[in-house]
Amino acid sequence: MAHQDPKTASVCDRFELVIEPGRGFRNYWRDIWQYRELLYFLSWRDILVRYKQTAIGVAWAILRPLLTMAVFTTIFGYLAKLPSEGVPYPILVFTAMLPWQFFSSSLSESSNSFITNANMLTKIYFPRLIVPASAVIVNLVDFLISFIILGALMAWYRFAPGWQVFTLPLFLSLGFLASFGLGLWMATLNVKYRDFRYVVPFIVQLGLYVSPVGFSSSVVPGKWRLLYSLNPMVGVIDGFRWAILGGELRFYWPGFLLSLVITSVMLLFAFRYFRNTERKFADII
Amino acid sequence: MGKPILSVEKLGKKYLLSHQRSEPYTALRDVMAEKVKEFRRRLVNPFSGARPSDSGSGPEEFWALRNVSFDVSPGDRVGIIGRNGAGKSTLLKILSRITEPTEGKAHLRGRVASLLEVGTGFHPELTGRENISLNGAVLGMTKVEIRKKFDEIVDFAEVEKFLDTPVKHYSSGMYVRLAFAVAAHLEPEILVVDEVLAVGDAAFQRKCLGKMEDVASQEGRTVLFVSHNMAAIQTLCRRAIWLDAGRVEQDGESEAVINAYGERLQNASNIPATLRSLDGNIDIEQIQLLDKNGRATSVYSPGSPIKVEIHYHAKQPVRRPYVWLGIQSQFGALFGANMLLDGARPEVLEGRGCIGCTFHTLPLLPGQMYRIMFGGRKEDGFSALFKATEVTHFLITGSAEEIGLKGELADSLVGQSSPVLLPYTWELPDGRFVSVNPF
Repeated sequence: MAHQDPKTASVCDRFELVIEPGRGFRNYWRDIWQYRELLYFLSWRDILVRYKQTAIGVAWAILRPLLTMAVFTTIFGYLAKLPSEGVPYPILVFTAMLPWQFFSSSLSESSNSFITNANMLTKIYFPRLIVPASAVIVNLVDFLISFIILGALMAWYRFAPGWQVFTLPLFLSLGFLASFGLGLWMATLNVKYRDFRYVVPFIVQLGLYVSPVGFSSSVVPGKWRLLYSLNPMVGVIDGFRWAILGGELRFYWPGFLLSLVITSVMLLFAFRYFRNTERKFADII
Repeated sequence: MGKPILSVEKLGKKYLLSHQRSEPYTALRDVMAEKVKEFRRRLVNPFSGARPSDSGSGPEEFWALRNVSFDVSPGDRVGIIGRNGAGKSTLLKILSRITEPTEGKAHLRGRVASLLEVGTGFHPELTGRENISLNGAVLGMTKVEIRKKFDEIVDFAEVEKFLDTPVKHYSSGMYVRLAFAVAAHLEPEILVVDEVLAVGDAAFQRKCLGKMEDVASQEGRTVLFVSHNMAAIQTLCRRAIWLDAGRVEQDGESEAVINAYGERLQNASNIPATLRSLDGNIDIEQIQLLDKNGRATSVYSPGSPIKVEIHYHAKQPVRRPYVWLGIQSQFGALFGANMLLDGARPEVLEGRGCIGCTFHTLPLLPGQMYRIMFGGRKEDGFSALFKATEVTHFLITGSAEEIGLKGELADSLVGQSSPVLLPYTWELPDGRFVSVNPF
């Protein structure tokens, strides 16, 4: 046994941990790094379960955006005759459906994530941030499926994107942060006030109409445009359109920057609120 | 030895108990309604201070743990014992970083893995193979570690054939075996285990205990082990800490601590805190165990009768409820009395009163501790009135010989043997009949 002592000693020094009230911030990022594999496994679990449980899982991921696109194209394109910026209306709608559907499902799933994983939160320690993060990551798979459909749709209309398409990851990241920020905040509120779960579907429903999903932002009068961009998804959706539809659209910088600022502030605020509540999670959930 | 691997200093955890709510979380609409009321009150009477009506119904402080200090040296195995509500689980939760202490601190010099429940994070739709990976990650193993230990885990759990079957099709025994197997192959320096061995069959429990012993003695890990199974604590741990009402009552050599704890149990046989129904309408104020002379005690001899008295206080009339009692040992559920089965049920529970239940004989082996579980359902027979809760325990004392067990090793084995003893007869090849008719 004697030969084990040096090893034990070094391990002990490495993992020294002090538990006391109000503590825990010091090692937070190190902990998240140590638990990165759990993030991977939780996302993997949810993806597996989602596509395993129903054979229509994948079909659903294809049908939902297609049907929504058809309805929006009919209502806004043919009935309301809104301008299509010189691109086929279905493509105009679909480029916005991509980020919007990613945002809305990420938001609804992450805001419920602490409650659905309550059992784990009261039985085991890990950085709780992982739970809503994995809920958002899972939706990237749906996003990818929709993206393939968009590719097919663009091939059908013989519409080629420009170099701008390479900026897409940037806008996707912004969409990720926006849904994660709001989702984290809602998830934390949900732990504390259990009836907050009724608020989220309402936000999602309302958001669809105040975001430029069925129409182009250019239909919003110029003087209202900046105010309109207070909705962080406006910047993300406009960015998507610009990246995919290329030169046909002008990039509206003030709106994008405003979205960026709003998203960052929201993320910071959500994180602070979450950190303050996280310590009490196991006691109140 | 050098530095302790775990030192706990004046640790305390305070909870706020609210008498109005049964759930720990709040509803936003209640908070908003409160604020509106407050605002209206301020409009009417802007100079009043805090509401006087609040003081009566406000939250009450409750220290689940207070001023707890101890050190553990590397490689030690420490058992933690005490009644329900004594603070054992709270202590484990603080040490596993699930909840924060209110005061004091704990210093850990090594990685901690805690096993407060088997199968945390298991998903019924996933296969055994997938759940091993997932559960391993949840418990803090890396992908490489999981891959390295995979065969060992499967071997230990004895589920090779069902590896690719979703665990929802597993029997409960298989499920528990797999879950424990993953946990048993963790390699932390400090292993914190709550009463998880109360599940599974006896053979598997012994296997688990053996594994935990190996983990501690051969691999030099430190184990903190909470259990009601005194025999398990005695075999596994050299040292025991007895918690009572959130404080360390005694800390020392496990046999001495267990004996002292047993003595205390004999003197007090009522539940520590009030047990409240899920809807808040009934409090169980006391559960008493009475012997044949009507004396309150928690020590019985084999074969004697026991009367369980449930003293309730119904704040609102509760119509035709079902309640049940169950007797458990370290091996699991033994027998019980269940109104859902026998159909005996009170018409209404109103105000203060008592439900009694006498078991006319306790066909149980001496040398073991038995737990009494209590639960109840509402009139419809489906919705829960009381969660299944362990309410009290009792000991059976006496020698093996006086109940007709004459084996040479009987006295040392009764504490670990299957506890229900019924009359039986051996027919031996030489024509002898040997009957055991114990009670």
